[in-house]
Amino acid sequence: MTTLPSFLRRHDLLAFAILAALIVIVLPMTLDIFRLNLVGKYLTYAFVAVGLVLCWGMGGILSLGQGVFFGLGGYAMAMFLKLEASSPEATAIQSTPGIPDFMDWNQLTELPAFWIPFQSFTFTLFAIVALPAVLSGLIGYAMFTRRVSGVYFAIITQAIAAIATILIIGQQGYTGGVNGITDLRTLLGWDIRSDSARYTFYFINAALLLGVLFGALYVQRSRLGRLMTAVRTSEDRVRFSGYSVAHIKVFVFCFAAVLSSIGGAMFTLQVGFMSPTLVGVVPSIEMVIYCAVGGRLSVFGAVYGTLLVNWLKTSLSESFPELWLFGLGGIFIAIVMFFPFGLAGLYTSAKDRLFRKRAVEPSAGSESSPGKTPSTSTTATSGTTSTTGLDAKVSAT
Amino acid sequence: MSIEHNTSCVLAIEGLTVSFDGFRAVDDLDLYVDEREIHVVIGPNGAGKTTLLDLICGKTRASAGSIRFRNHELTKLNENRIVHRGVGRKFQNPSIYDDLTVVENLELSFPRGKSVFGSLFFQRDNDVVERIDEVAEMVFLEDHLTSQAGLLSHGQKQWLEIGMLLIQNPELLMLDEPVAGMSMAERAKTADLLNRITDNRSVLVVEHDMKFVEDIADRVTVMHQGAKLAEGSMSDIQANPKVVEVYLGQ
Repeated sequence: MTTLPSFLRRHDLLAFAILAALIVIVLPMTLDIFRLNLVGKYLTYAFVAVGLVLCWGMGGILSLGQGVFFGLGGYAMAMFLKLEASSPEATAIQSTPGIPDFMDWNQLTELPAFWIPFQSFTFTLFAIVALPAVLSGLIGYAMFTRRVSGVYFAIITQAIAAIATILIIGQQGYTGGVNGITDLRTLLGWDIRSDSARYTFYFINAALLLGVLFGALYVQRSRLGRLMTAVRTSEDRVRFSGYSVAHIKVFVFCFAAVLSSIGGAMFTLQVGFMSPTLVGVVPSIEMVIYCAVGGRLSVFGAVYGTLLVNWLKTSLSESFPELWLFGLGGIFIAIVMFFPFGLAGLYTSAKDRLFRKRAVEPSAGSESSPGKTPSTSTTATSGTTSTTGLDAKVSAT
Repeated sequence: MSIEHNTSCVLAIEGLTVSFDGFRAVDDLDLYVDEREIHVVIGPNGAGKTTLLDLICGKTRASAGSIRFRNHELTKLNENRIVHRGVGRKFQNPSIYDDLTVVENLELSFPRGKSVFGSLFFQRDNDVVERIDEVAEMVFLEDHLTSQAGLLSHGQKQWLEIGMLLIQNPELLMLDEPVAGMSMAERAKTADLLNRITDNRSVLVVEHDMKFVEDIADRVTVMHQGAKLAEGSMSDIQANPKVVEVYLGQ
C-alpha cells in the first residue's frame, strides 16, 4: 500500500480490483466465447465513454462527434487488416489482383496513395494514436481559441460526425462505402476469427481499458483535472489566473479522441469489420448516453454504464427492435432528470447512507479539523454537487 | 508623458479609449499607478471603472491608446500573458471555484506549471504547501483550508479571491469592489489586509464605499462618463466641487 501512487486513493484501488475481477475473471469464466466477444465489443465503446468523462464530465466540453475518432482508429486497423487479406493470391479472381475487393468492384485499378502506409503494422499503430490527436487538435484549436463552447461546440461536432459519414459513404471506392471494410481475416498471419484469437483480443482489450482507466484517473486527479473543474465553474477566473483555457480544452479533447480511437481499433479486431454506422451522429450520441448513465464524473461508472446500456440494448432490441430507440431516449431523459450523476452517483449516495460518518464529513470538515495542513488533506470529490453543464446538455440534445 | 514619469511608475495608461458601437465607455483616459501605492478609482455607475480594469487585464480590447506595465505594452497581449507579466485581477462578484476546496483554489493560482503539461505533472511539494498556508493566514482563511469554497460566506469568498491573487505574487493587483457585501468588521479587516500587502506591490482598486476608500487610498481618481474628472488625495477629492456635484452629492 505504501507504494500506491499519490493520485490513487484506497477506494480507487478497490474500484480497480472489482472492475478487473469482473472483466478479467468473472465474465470470461461464465460466458461462452460468443457472449464474451460481445462484451469485448461493448468494452471498446467504454474507451469512448471514459474519454467523455474527462472531456464532458470534467471539462464541460460536450462532443457529439466521438464516433469520428472511434472510426479513425477502427478504419486505420481495418485498412491494415484488409490489405493483409488482399494479397494477390487471395484476390486472383479480381480484374486487378492485390487490391481490396471493394476497390476492384468500384473500378479502381491501383491502391490509392493514402492506403499505402497502412501496409505497415507499425505505421498503423502509430496512426491509431496520431490521426485522432491531429484531427481533434485542429478542430479543438480552431474552436477553443475562438471560444466556441457549450451547445455550439456540440452542434459543430455533430456536424463533423455527419460529414464524416457522408464522406465515407460517398467515396465508396476508397472507403468501402456504406458496407464499410469487411471480410477481415488475419493479423500478421494469425486468424482473427478463431476462438483463441477472440480470447486473446478480449484480454488485450481488457488490459488496455484498465491501463486507460489508470491514465484517465491520473489526469482527473492531477492539477489539470482540478483546472477542468475550475473552468466549468469560472472560466474567466482560470484565464485571469494565467492559464490558457483554450490549451486546456484542446488537450482534454485530444485525450478523449485518442482514447476513442484505441477503442475503435480494438472494435475492428474483435468484431472483424468497420463501417460508417459506427462513425455517425447516432453512435456518437449513444456513446454520450453510456457516459451519462455511468455518471459523468466517474471513469469507472462510464465502463459500467456502457456495459449496462449495451446489455439492455442487446436483450431489449432482440425482443422489441422498434421500441429500443425510444427506450434509449427514455433512459437518457430519466438519467438527466433523476440521476444526474448516473450509476456512480447512485453508488456514492448508497455508500453514504451505509456509512453515515462519511456523509457528515464534507460539510463539517472546516469546523471539525481546524489547522489541518493542506498536505494531509485529500482533494475533495470535486464536482459531486455541481449541476453545471447539465442544463447545457439537455438543451444540446 | 515624459520618459522619466513612465519609468518611475508601474502602470502608465495614456490616451486609452474603447468604444462599444460608438459609445465611448472609456474616453482618452490617462492614468498612472506608482510603485507601492494604493490607487482607488471612484465614480458614478457607468463611469467606465470596471471597463478600465477589463482593458488592463485584456478582457476587453482597447480601440486606441496604450497601457504600459513596467514599460511593456499590454494592449496586444493575451490575458494569460498579462497575468504572467505580473498583473492580477479580482472580479466584482467573487469568482472562485465553488466545487473545489480552499486549498485547491489557492493551489491552482500558484505561479508554477501554468502550461497544460506543467499542470498534468504538477506536484504539491513543500514550497506550495508553505505558500498556501502563508497566504491563507493572510486572508483569514487558515481554519477553512479543507472547506469547499462554495460553502464559504460572501466575505470569505472575496478574501479567497484576493488570496488567489496574492499567491501569484503580482506586482500590480487590481480589485473590483473588494468589500462589496462585506460586514463592517470584514471591511476593516480587508482595509488592514490591503495596507499590509502593498509592501512590495501596487494596488488599483475600484470601490464605492467612501469610508473604505478613505482607509486605504494613497491617491484617488474620479471617473465620469469614461474620462478623468479629478485626481488627488482623498481630502483634495472631497473638497473638489466638480466631484461633489457629479458623485459625492451634497
